[in-house]
Amino acid sequence: MMLLDIHEPGQAPLPHQDASAIGIDLGTTNTVVAIARDGGAEVICDTDGHELLPSVVAYGDDGEVIAVGDGAVARLADDPDRVVSSVKRLMGRGAADLEAIAGSTPFELAPAGDDGAGMVRLLVAGRAISPVEVSADILKAARERAEHALGRPVSQAVVTVPAYFDDAARTATKDAARIAGLEVLRLVNEPTAAALAYGLDKGAEGLYAIYDLGGGTFDISVLRLEKGVFQVLATSGDAMLGGDDFDHAIVAHIMAERGVDEGALKPADIKIALIAARAAKEALTDAEATEIEITIGGESSRHSIDRVTTEDLIAAAVDRTITICRAVLEDAALASDDIQGVVLVGGSTRVPLVRRAVAEVFGREPLTDIDPDAVVGLGAALQAQALTAGSDTLLLDVTPLSLGLETMGGLVEKVIYRNTPIPVARAQDFTTYQDGQTGMIIHVLQGEREMVDQNRSLARFDLSGFPSMVAGAARVRVTFAVDADGLLTVGAREETTGTESRVEVKPTYGLGDGEVERMLRDSMENAQADVTRRLLTEARVEAERVVVATKAAFDADSALLTEDDDVAIRAAIAAVEDAATGSDRDRITAAVAALDEASLPFAQRRMDRSIAAALGGRSIDSVDAEYGTE
Amino acid sequence: MTAHNKPNIASCWSCRGAVPDGIAFCETCGAVQPPGRSDHFARLGLGRGFDIDGDDLQARYFAAQRRLHPDRFAGRSERERAISMQQSTSINEAFETLKSPLKRAEYLLSLAGVTVNAETGNLPTDAEVLGEAMEVREALAEADTVAAVEDLANEVKDRAEACRRNLGEAFSAAETARAASLTTRLKYLDRFAGEVRARLANLSVAS
Repeated sequence: MMLLDIHEPGQAPLPHQDASAIGIDLGTTNTVVAIARDGGAEVICDTDGHELLPSVVAYGDDGEVIAVGDGAVARLADDPDRVVSSVKRLMGRGAADLEAIAGSTPFELAPAGDDGAGMVRLLVAGRAISPVEVSADILKAARERAEHALGRPVSQAVVTVPAYFDDAARTATKDAARIAGLEVLRLVNEPTAAALAYGLDKGAEGLYAIYDLGGGTFDISVLRLEKGVFQVLATSGDAMLGGDDFDHAIVAHIMAERGVDEGALKPADIKIALIAARAAKEALTDAEATEIEITIGGESSRHSIDRVTTEDLIAAAVDRTITICRAVLEDAALASDDIQGVVLVGGSTRVPLVRRAVAEVFGREPLTDIDPDAVVGLGAALQAQALTAGSDTLLLDVTPLSLGLETMGGLVEKVIYRNTPIPVARAQDFTTYQDGQTGMIIHVLQGEREMVDQNRSLARFDLSGFPSMVAGAARVRVTFAVDADGLLTVGAREETTGTESRVEVKPTYGLGDGEVERMLRDSMENAQADVTRRLLTEARVEAERVVVATKAAFDADSALLTEDDDVAIRAAIAAVEDAATGSDRDRITAAVAALDEASLPFAQRRMDRSIAAALGGRSIDSVDAEYGTE
Repeated sequence: MTAHNKPNIASCWSCRGAVPDGIAFCETCGAVQPPGRSDHFARLGLGRGFDIDGDDLQARYFAAQRRLHPDRFAGRSERERAISMQQSTSINEAFETLKSPLKRAEYLLSLAGVTVNAETGNLPTDAEVLGEAMEVREALAEADTVAAVEDLANEVKDRAEACRRNLGEAFSAAETARAASLTTRLKYLDRFAGEVRARLANLSVAS
């Protein structure tokens, strides 16, 4: 939506108009890169024509990346200790969270930090590495794949996250993209992205449910599709439930047959067992029975497994998704008859039991005429195009989980309820409960339960420095704001005295102070150039804005211009336009300031005239006549 | 200067010309303006009143978000992105308040200076409303078949429907006290409807 082109012909367009913004579906098992051009979106394949980039990274002795994707998968069997997969399940997670993952984990975790808090670290070749860094390595490979295919640099992306991802996991994903040298134009929820791709492709209108069961996460969203608007009515899910759990269930079964205690297996053995289990699961999509051969510790064993047995093993996990589907319909105050169609997304929806269960709960056959692996990435690409080139479509999403604060007795008071449309801002007042209390710890939580320890801790704020008052006299206003990426910011202020209170944020499961900055410096070849380029872009956008605004005012109120103003403002505009063609950010900023200064008397006269007109209840024209300017 | 003729204008942050309060885009330079203080009805181009057409409200909401959602400002200056976020937030709040008959009634009352809060009982206790609440609750406790609960669900739905009709009349006639009493009643009925739905869900799963 450019109003004015301030560039010389032949100059590179502003990066924000760059048509090379991509969509990335950063999955637990596979990552998909896509781009939308000329009305259609397509997956970007590697040089061998493969659409999927396995979300697997192989590291070397010094922690350097040896291979990402198929190359890393190929090394898994021989060098499982240094090959990392399924890391999405660890994003924004603390050590205690991992106990929630059923069975044994294929991860070797580094010992917790000094305070025992913060995000978990993986131990890879004796080196601690955060899930954010592994994700950044996958995203970097995705970016490089796009750059290779498009033949130009790529610096902007829409990245998808599970709708049910909490704030810590969203922040971790955004950090990973930054480290990979990508500016995240928007974090989009996976089912919403899928709805966008499906809706645009099929011209679907009405109420649709998106059932998204991936490798590690489950989402269900109900959307209203209407004339290019994709409005999420309700969403729910489980960020720790996916095809990986099916694999784990099969491994547990095989180990029982082998007479091996699963708990005694090393992470490397579990990785190998999981690969075999996954192959069997995939074979059972079409076959009624299959064989698994597994070699651990030099000992091989063969197992027969049929579909019926497997379905018993995974029934509990599938049932859980169905319970969540019922709950989301209840949240949206809808019956299954109200839904026009159910779209299946995610590789795990190929499992026959999943299809049968979804068909039963919604009372209709689910829609499977799209590629469940590619659709989220395609939707992300379409949204990237909408944000850079403009579009008539609009995504309206909601908060997946309630947000609240700890109050007395370990209870949670909700400030923003789940399924509230975003962006949203809400304020809540709290008070002190002790005489002379000069500070307050504000504990921010996410979840639906009543007690603090049943919900996820997001951050603690230390609010201090307000004057001593009797209990109940202070009024602390806490403001929650969730932006269009679904990311939360919290502000707090003591209102009665207007005292500016110090706010300190200690993210519970985030990365430490400056850690992301260090990773940025360490891992990005062009970190400095990237920052400089972004600042220059912002300065140019601002220059464009000021020139457009001043010219508009000039045209509208030329009658109020003195001859001196006219000359000074025209010269200042020319200076801004000239500076904006160059790459000197300071020069652009200075020229913008000079233009502001030069147009100040003119602006003052315009305002005076409007106020005079408003006071007299008269039209601008009659005031102009009085001023004698026309 | 008296209050009624105080000029209701602000200056555009971008071109610094005058903009009327509540307008979304500067008429001179086209820059997006902060949301201002307009009420939820005005924000979606509606006059104050209880009777609202749901489809029309939805269409107005979509139209407003199409113009002002942050996704429309992705390549613009930081200031414009921040302002569009505020605008979009205000539109969401207006829509969320107006689409629910109960919230809409509470909001209209708050504009008239009345706060409805049944829990803290700052309203004169309405014996009729309380009596009905107890009656329906007893009926729910006694209903133990899907059919009985469904009957109750329909009964509560009919009563809520009638209550909303009466609310429309009360607000049209500017009968604030009656509107407040009906709002309390609607609040009870809404809560029951939720409890009845939950009960129904439990019974259906059990059967």
